[in-house]
Amino acid sequence: MENVFFRMTDVCKSYFVGGETLEVLKKINLDIAKGEYLSVLGPSGSGKSTLMNIIGCLDQPTSGEYILNGSMIEDLSEKELAEIRNREIGFIFQNSQLLQRMDALSNVELPLVYAGVHARERKRRAREMLMRVGLEERMYHFPNQLSGGQQQRVAIARALVTNPRILLADEPTGALDQNTGKTIMQLFDELSCEGRTIIMITHDLKIAGHARRIVNIIDGCLTEGEASA
Amino acid sequence: MKKMFFGVYRFFAMLLENARMSVSNIFNNRLRSFLTILGIMIGVTAVIALITTISAVSRSISNSFTSMGAGQLTLSVSGSDLKPGLNTENLNALLEVDGIVGLTPSVSLSASMIYGGERDTGISVKGVNEYYFTREDELVERGRTINIFDVERKSAVCLIGKDVLDSFFYGVNPLEKTVYLNGIAFTVIGILGEDATNDVMIPYTTALKMNAEAFVTSATLYLTSAEISDSVVSSLEPVLDEMFSFEEDTYSISTMEALENTMTELLGMMSALLAGIASIALIVGGIGIMNMMLTSVTERTGEIGLKKALGARPGEIQMQFLIESFLLSMMGGVLGVGQGVILSIVMCRLMGADFSLSYGSIALGVGFSAAVGIIFGWSPARKASRLNPIDALRSM
Repeated sequence: MENVFFRMTDVCKSYFVGGETLEVLKKINLDIAKGEYLSVLGPSGSGKSTLMNIIGCLDQPTSGEYILNGSMIEDLSEKELAEIRNREIGFIFQNSQLLQRMDALSNVELPLVYAGVHARERKRRAREMLMRVGLEERMYHFPNQLSGGQQQRVAIARALVTNPRILLADEPTGALDQNTGKTIMQLFDELSCEGRTIIMITHDLKIAGHARRIVNIIDGCLTEGEASA
Repeated sequence: MKKMFFGVYRFFAMLLENARMSVSNIFNNRLRSFLTILGIMIGVTAVIALITTISAVSRSISNSFTSMGAGQLTLSVSGSDLKPGLNTENLNALLEVDGIVGLTPSVSLSASMIYGGERDTGISVKGVNEYYFTREDELVERGRTINIFDVERKSAVCLIGKDVLDSFFYGVNPLEKTVYLNGIAFTVIGILGEDATNDVMIPYTTALKMNAEAFVTSATLYLTSAEISDSVVSSLEPVLDEMFSFEEDTYSISTMEALENTMTELLGMMSALLAGIASIALIVGGIGIMNMMLTSVTERTGEIGLKKALGARPGEIQMQFLIESFLLSMMGGVLGVGQGVILSIVMCRLMGADFSLSYGSIALGVGFSAAVGIIFGWSPARKASRLNPIDALRSM
């Protein structure tokens, strides 16, 4: 188990809504290797958000087994889950989810605050990451002073700053126009080339095409798809 | 060991980080924060002003008590049917009691006074003996005091106070003048000092005659020292019991200490009551803070979810909101302390009492507001920490 990087075995998730049980995920089996670039492709309502929440340790499966970097996720406490989210996973959300009251640098620093990193070191690493995404000129700008693409790049810097094992992106270009979306996707491609493990959740076949491996999710069932690119 | 050290370091780092975020959040919502802390501020102001003012007043009261009557006993006699008071023999017997150096009967009456066409009907007259003036000689400013011959002969002589002097003898030397008290001619022999509480003082025997009484019902006993008042009281009781044939409820002895204690107790009760009423304002203020914190948690659900996704532990989210309500409440408390101190200085001035800063009341005000912040912030903070990150994120 120690060597397993990412493995889901028969993961099910059901919700109890309005007196009936709603099975959102049905026996999901998924193995991911280090450095893989994976897209989870599915229409809305297919359960891909639920799957992302479970992958991101924001939610726990009803049954089945999920091992991330040697830890059985269902055995962990709230506190330990928070630690895993902090250290192992970098989240990138559809609409960047930046805190409006903080400048770009402070937003990128935030995960390091919860990692207990010293203030000076935090600043250094956050600055480095903003440089990596090409925003060294915009460090002290507030989110409302940045364009959508820039905001998303800040969010990517924030996801990268703790040096997580997995980059988990939920419709990263969903709120962007096509050209901006393209540059963001280029950034993902570059990160993949650097050896990052990336899991991307999307309903857009074109976006999914950037990944080297695609899995389809329809009605809570996962099927291996084809990489078109 | 190393892990523990990191845990402690992390805790304090988080504390600092949360305090920073809270302060910036409080200042981002300046008006709302101010309105929220207003309740606490008013409560603390009221508590501090009340406690400080009342303690200043009670201090000045107890000061005047000590200057008035340390080492004295006041005896009041209701007597029995056959013997409604003390006679001269009894008074002499009381002087024999250990620890008593002297006594003065005190006979009060209200009289009308006439001099040179002026008339005043509300003059308070007190009859005392010669010993009174040996104890309180600072009371006489000019002239002579009542002496033993005046008492024995029931002389019609009097000493007059400042008020009488001003209203009857403006610009005139009153000594050796004749005034009429209830129609009886009295010769003015002296003038009482500023501190005298009576308008006119006469020999007690004369006063008894004017009242048509034969017995003394009230007397002040002077002791060799203030500390022995309890033991003097216990040796006085059998003597008095014998005088009144061991009947019940014929006399009472009160010490100035007892009177002062009653007074202090009364003031203490009053201040506790008022502080209790004022602390209602603190509770109302606490509810205000709780309300704002709950609104804040709802407003910042997205932020909470995001922080959780980025690795904030539930305890750290709770800490952030708890610190915020604590800081809010403390700000109210500190402002309230400042205001309360200013208000009590003003109130002490107005009431003529000496102001002295009561550290106890400041500690109480600050401590109470800190407690209010933690108690009323607890449940909103807990609510925030328990938010499901998925639901919280969705709302952003």
